[in-house]
Amino acid sequence: MKKSGRLLTLAIVFLTCMAFGVSAQAEQTKLTMYYPVAVGGPLTKIVDSMIADFEKANPDIDVAAIYAGNYNDARIKALAALKSGKPAQLSVMFSIDIYDLIEQDAIVPFEEFAETDEDRAWLKSFYPALMENGMTMGKTWGIPFQRSTIVMYYNKDMFREAGLDPEKPPQTWEELATMGKKLTTKDRWGAMIPSTGYPYWMFGALCKQNGEVLMDGDGKRTFFNKKGVVEALTFWNDLSAKHGVMPKGAIEWSTLRQNFLEGKTAIMWHSTGNLTTVKKKAKFDFGVAMLPASKMRGTPTGGGNFYIFKRTKPEERKAAMRLIKFMTSPERSAEWSMKTGYIGISAAAYKTAALEKYITDFPPAKVARDQLQYATAELSTFQTGRVRKLLDDAIQAALTGKKTPEKALGDAQKSAERILKPYR
Amino acid sequence: MTGVYAWLLLMPATILLAAFTHYPTIATFVQSLFSNKTVFRPSRFVGLDNYRAIFDDPVFFKVMQNTLLFALGTVPLSIILALLMAIWVNKHIPGRGFVRLAYFTPTILPMIAVANIWLFFYTPDIGLLDQLSALFGGQGHNWLGDSRTVLGCLMVMTIWKEAGFFMIFYLAALQTHPPELEEAARLEGASRITFFWRVTFPLLMPTTLFVFINALLNSFKLVDHLFILTKGGPDNASNLLLYYIYENAFSFFDTANAATLTVVLLALLATLAILQFTILDKRIHYR
Repeated sequence: MKKSGRLLTLAIVFLTCMAFGVSAQAEQTKLTMYYPVAVGGPLTKIVDSMIADFEKANPDIDVAAIYAGNYNDARIKALAALKSGKPAQLSVMFSIDIYDLIEQDAIVPFEEFAETDEDRAWLKSFYPALMENGMTMGKTWGIPFQRSTIVMYYNKDMFREAGLDPEKPPQTWEELATMGKKLTTKDRWGAMIPSTGYPYWMFGALCKQNGEVLMDGDGKRTFFNKKGVVEALTFWNDLSAKHGVMPKGAIEWSTLRQNFLEGKTAIMWHSTGNLTTVKKKAKFDFGVAMLPASKMRGTPTGGGNFYIFKRTKPEERKAAMRLIKFMTSPERSAEWSMKTGYIGISAAAYKTAALEKYITDFPPAKVARDQLQYATAELSTFQTGRVRKLLDDAIQAALTGKKTPEKALGDAQKSAERILKPYR
Repeated sequence: MTGVYAWLLLMPATILLAAFTHYPTIATFVQSLFSNKTVFRPSRFVGLDNYRAIFDDPVFFKVMQNTLLFALGTVPLSIILALLMAIWVNKHIPGRGFVRLAYFTPTILPMIAVANIWLFFYTPDIGLLDQLSALFGGQGHNWLGDSRTVLGCLMVMTIWKEAGFFMIFYLAALQTHPPELEEAARLEGASRITFFWRVTFPLLMPTTLFVFINALLNSFKLVDHLFILTKGGPDNASNLLLYYIYENAFSFFDTANAATLTVVLLALLATLAILQFTILDKRIHYR
């Protein structure tokens, strides 16, 4: 009897301690965040170390950062968590998911809790081109984080071998074709533009270069069958069909970097997000250049934005804001840019000593930033998944020779009209 | 009292089946009669409109055609291959355990890992396939990027993955066959081919039915590799019904359409299962 009494006291003491422990824990705000990686490589480690730094500096916030696959997977996981009642508070998701997320009533605009002048100034501190995909209906829904443009990677050794000036990569579409011909040999191709994974993204670049955009500013109209757009697809197809500098059929997004690194193509168009990996792995002298122009230069921006979910408590939103501000601060953005190749998201990031030095030592790192002035928004509309697939299918149908560019894009436009009409 | 006892015994299975099979099936069917809910437009009853819509969808027909081709291409071949492999490793050959393991290895590997390996087999120029063909002076081919070859490539990989699994069933069945049968047949002077067609094959029929049903169901269910290899492209040339359902539900947020397609898939599978059990079952004699 006596013994069990002592045990009971012990148990009570223990439980009280536990309870205190729990209440001390409860003052910590817990955040769950999903993030995607679209280009492979050790990017998860970089995000995790940045999060660890944040937690060290902010002991009152506990962040669970969960790697969630590619952009599609990240969105699915975040929305599934939302529906299951155990939502994440914030996530990095595809910048172009904005309309779908709004339509699902999943996210809140940052204006709702950007109360101070400082906050409002912060919202304006990013490159405007990067904000295009984050703003609609007069509000800001996404804050740029892992943002990219398309750049042209080229193998300088092959340029020398083909008798071309390695410091003069193709500046125009014609040069891409003529130089591509010189670069093409029995064992390698002159150029490769990937057409799986994100074909509409590559196509957005070609269209902008030809003076066209693919959609209007509020995501309710597409321009797939405009003359300039058809010309852009015709040129893409001609690179293989007419000029013979690119393999026929669809070119795989995820193995293209390997193709380039193994010398199977002299030129590739790819995300700047690959830059650091290419730098580490290339056994040859390579260069990075802006994409060539037809009527003008052009590329869409790409990549992921920070979103804050609607079903969050005020203190969670505050904590999420602090995390986002930390992750997008000039120093962090500079670090992220150097470690991955993604763009520093504000002018201030490029003024940090570290990034300034990095760019001086490694000039390819500034190409993406310099190209921003020619950048346009990435294809994003209401029902964006469906509309994007229409365009992807049209591009692939043309490149595999199943339809003419004109017919493929005409069909896609017709279907897109049907989808988007109810939103007007 | 016995009734209560029986029901108590049935309860765990009933609850699991009801919660994870029957309820979702009914809920899916109900959802296929309603439109999507968004912030701008609430969900409403639309009757059979969703079904009418999929018949206006050219991608749906393409996907159905691919799915049937995929089933026709993978099921018979993987069964034949499984049978041949089983007969081969049932014999007393040197290194039998090793050969059995080798045949079974593809089955152990997760589909996603397998798809990543095959992605590099099929990659133009640097892939294994093209490097092999280059040895014989062949030109590189864009296997997965060509709408004519992509589905075939997926079939080859699936057969490779599935055959080993079905082999196990055949092997187990073959081991139950008494050796006297073969000895008796040899005494009667029956050739090995006659013995196979007259004795082994009929005795294997129950296994074949089981394998056939599983293979057919798998051919509708296996889509993991599409995520890695082609995402259904180029231009839906390798898109399969289940992957299309996934796209509708999670890429397009079109749950109504996804539910409708799921009902179609369910109906299709149910029909196939009924046909198999009623027609084939009659032609098989169990011992």
